[in-house]
Amino acid sequence: MSEALLSVRDLVVEFPTRKGILTAVDRVSFEIARGEVLGVVGESGAGKSMTGSAIIGLIEPPGHIAGGSVHIAGQRVDNLSQEAMRRVRGKRIGMVFQDPLTSLNPLYTVAEQLIETIRTHMDMNERQARERAVALLDEVGIPAASRRIDDYPHQFSGGMRQRVVIALALCAEPELVIADEPTTALDVSVQSQIIDVLKNMCAEHGTSVMLITHDMGVIAEAADRVAVMYAGRVAEIGHVRDVVQNAWHPYTKGLMGSIPTLMQESDRLTQIPGSMPRLTDIPPGCAFSTRCPEAFAGCFVDQPECRNHDGREVACLLYEKGDQP
Amino acid sequence: MLVVSLIAFVMFRFIGDPVDQMVGLETTLEERAKLREQLGLNEPLPIQFWHFVSKAAQGNLGISYQFKQPVAKLIGERLPATLELSFVSALIALLAGIPMGVYTALRRESILSKLFLTISLIGISLPTFLIGILLIFIFAVILQWLPSFGRGQVVDLGWWSTGFLTVSGLKALILPSITLGLFQMTLIMRLVRSEMLEVLRTDYIKFARARGLKNRVVNFGHALKNTLVPVITITGLQLGSIIAFAIITETVFQWPGMGLLFLQAVQDVDIPIMSAYLLMIAFLFVAINLIVDMLYVVVDPRIRIGGGEA
Ligand SMILES: Nc1ncnc2c1ncn2[C@@H]1O[C@H](COP(=O)(O)OP(=O)(O)OP(=O)(O)O)[C@@H](O)[C@H]1O
Ligand SMILES: [Mg+2]
Repeated sequence: MSEALLSVRDLVVEFPTRKGILTAVDRVSFEIARGEVLGVVGESGAGKSMTGSAIIGLIEPPGHIAGGSVHIAGQRVDNLSQEAMRRVRGKRIGMVFQDPLTSLNPLYTVAEQLIETIRTHMDMNERQARERAVALLDEVGIPAASRRIDDYPHQFSGGMRQRVVIALALCAEPELVIADEPTTALDVSVQSQIIDVLKNMCAEHGTSVMLITHDMGVIAEAADRVAVMYAGRVAEIGHVRDVVQNAWHPYTKGLMGSIPTLMQESDRLTQIPGSMPRLTDIPPGCAFSTRCPEAFAGCFVDQPECRNHDGREVACLLYEKGDQP
Repeated sequence: MLVVSLIAFVMFRFIGDPVDQMVGLETTLEERAKLREQLGLNEPLPIQFWHFVSKAAQGNLGISYQFKQPVAKLIGERLPATLELSFVSALIALLAGIPMGVYTALRRESILSKLFLTISLIGISLPTFLIGILLIFIFAVILQWLPSFGRGQVVDLGWWSTGFLTVSGLKALILPSITLGLFQMTLIMRLVRSEMLEVLRTDYIKFARARGLKNRVVNFGHALKNTLVPVITITGLQLGSIIAFAIITETVFQWPGMGLLFLQAVQDVDIPIMSAYLLMIAFLFVAINLIVDMLYVVVDPRIRIGGGEA
C-alpha cells in the first residue's frame, strides 16, 4: 500500500453530558489509501457517523475532538482554524448524507446549489461553473441534464436527488468522500444504482471513499477493505474478503452470522445476544466482553489494543500473543 | 367578508334606534316617520341588507348619525393617519425584529442575545397602553423631546394627508409607532429565532457546511431564506392585527385615526361608523392575506410550480 491519503490516529470524540463525559469515538485509528474504498460497519450508535463528522470537522458542539489526529495527504486537518477547515470541506473532503430528500435546500435550484459550490472552491466564472455542473449531472446519470439543472430539488425523485447530492459532493474534485449510509433512505430498487454511481465516479476520479453502511451487501459489492466498529472503538479492519469469510473478532463473527445473503455454509441465522452498552457505562476491559461467547477472565480487565497482523488489524485479547486461529 | 358585513349590518340595524339618535326631543312623530322612510328603515330586512351591501361595495357606507356626514368621508379623513401609523410600526417591528431574531439564533450564548430575549419578554408581558404611557412619561414629560399627542403638522395631498413630510409630523409618529410596534417586534423576533434555530438543524444546512460554503452564505443565503418562508405568513397576519390594535395606541396618544373615530362612535352609539370600521378592518385583513399568499408563491418554488414534473 502506498502512502495513505487519509490517516486517522487515536481519534477521540467526547460529549460532555450531565452524567459525565461520553466518549463517542474512542482512540480510533485507520488509514485509507488513494482510490481505496473503506467500508465502515457496526451497529447503531457505534460511532461511525461521529468518526466521519470528526474527519470533516463538523461535530456539533458541545461534542469535540479530544485527542488524536487526522491527516489528509500528509497535512494535518483536525487542528485547523475554522476558516481553513471550511476550505478543506468540499474541496478536499466531500460528504454524502443519508437522506437525499432533506440534503438539498428546497428554495434553490440544483444549478444554483452546484454553481455556488463550484465557485466557492474553483476559480471559475458563472458560465464555466454552469458547464461543469451540467457535465457532472450528466456523469452521475441524470438524463437531459442541461434541461433538468434548472429544476428545484422537489422535482426530482429520491434516487435522482441522491445523484445530485453525489454530484455536489464531488464537484470540486475532493480527494476523499465520506458517504454516510448513502442508500439507507432509498428504495431498494435504486440502492445498487446509487452505489454504482458513487463507486464509478470515485474510481474514475481516483477519489478515496469512506463508506458507512449497515448493509454488508453494499460492503461486499463496493468496498476494498472494511472496518468494524463497536461502542466507539475499532474491533477489526481487513480486506473485505478476509473479514467476511474468516472473521477474527468475536463481534465480527456474530455480525457475519446475522447476515442472510453471505452465509453459505449455514442456513441458520444467528443473533448476538444482548445489546451494545451505553457509551456512558462501557465495562472495563473489552467493550464487547459482556456479550462475547469467547471471553475469558482477562477480557474483563484489560482493554485490547488494535494490533496489526500482516495488514489485518484486530482488537481482541485472543490474538494478543500473535497466535492466530 | 360577507359574514363580517352581515354582522356589521345587524349592528347597524338593531343596536339603538337610529332615528332617536338623529333627531332632537321636540320632533313630531310624523317627522320621525318621514325620516324612517328616507333612511329605508321600513323595508323588509333582507332588502335592507342588500341595499347595505351594494352601497358599501360602491363606497357608500351610510351617513353618520352623530356628525351628519357621509361615513366614507369621515373614514377617508382618518384612514391615512391610521395607515401611516401602522405602516411605520410594522416597519419598526420588521426591521428590528428580524435582525434581532437572526442574531439571537446565531449567537445563542452572547450577552446581547440574552439582553434581547429579556427585553422581548418585557415587551410581550407589558400591555400596550402601559408601554405608551411609560414612553410618554419618559420622552414627553421628563425629557420633553417628543410630543405626547396628536399628529403634528400634516401636509394635505388632496385625498391623503401625510405626516411624513414635516418634522413635527415625523416627531409625533415616533412614540406611538414604537408603542404599537413593540409587541409585534418581540413576536417577530421570537418567531424568527425559533424558526432559524429549527432551520440551522436541518440536513441541508449541514450539507451546505459540508460543501465548504462560507458561513455568511450558509447563514444568510440558505438559513435565513428558509426561515423567512413561514415568517412571512405570520408576519402578514400580524400586520393586520397592528391596524386593529391601533385603537389602543390611538387612544393613548390621541392619534386622529380610525381607531379613535371608532371609539368615539362606540360612545355615541354611532352605528354606521362602527359597522363601516369593521368592514374596513375586514377588508384590510383580506387584502393582506392576498398579498401574503402572493409573496409565498414568489418565495417558495414548491408552491410556484405546483408539484412539478419529477
Ligand atoms: N449530541 C450528542 N450528545 C451526546 N451524545 C451524542 C450526541 N450525538 C451523538 N451522540 C452519541 O454518539 C454515539 C455515536 O453516534 P453515531 O451517530 O456516530 O452512531 P452511528 O454509528 O453513526 O449510528 P447509526 O448507525 O445509527 O447512524 C451515539 O451512541 C450517541 O449516543
Ligand atoms: Mg450514523
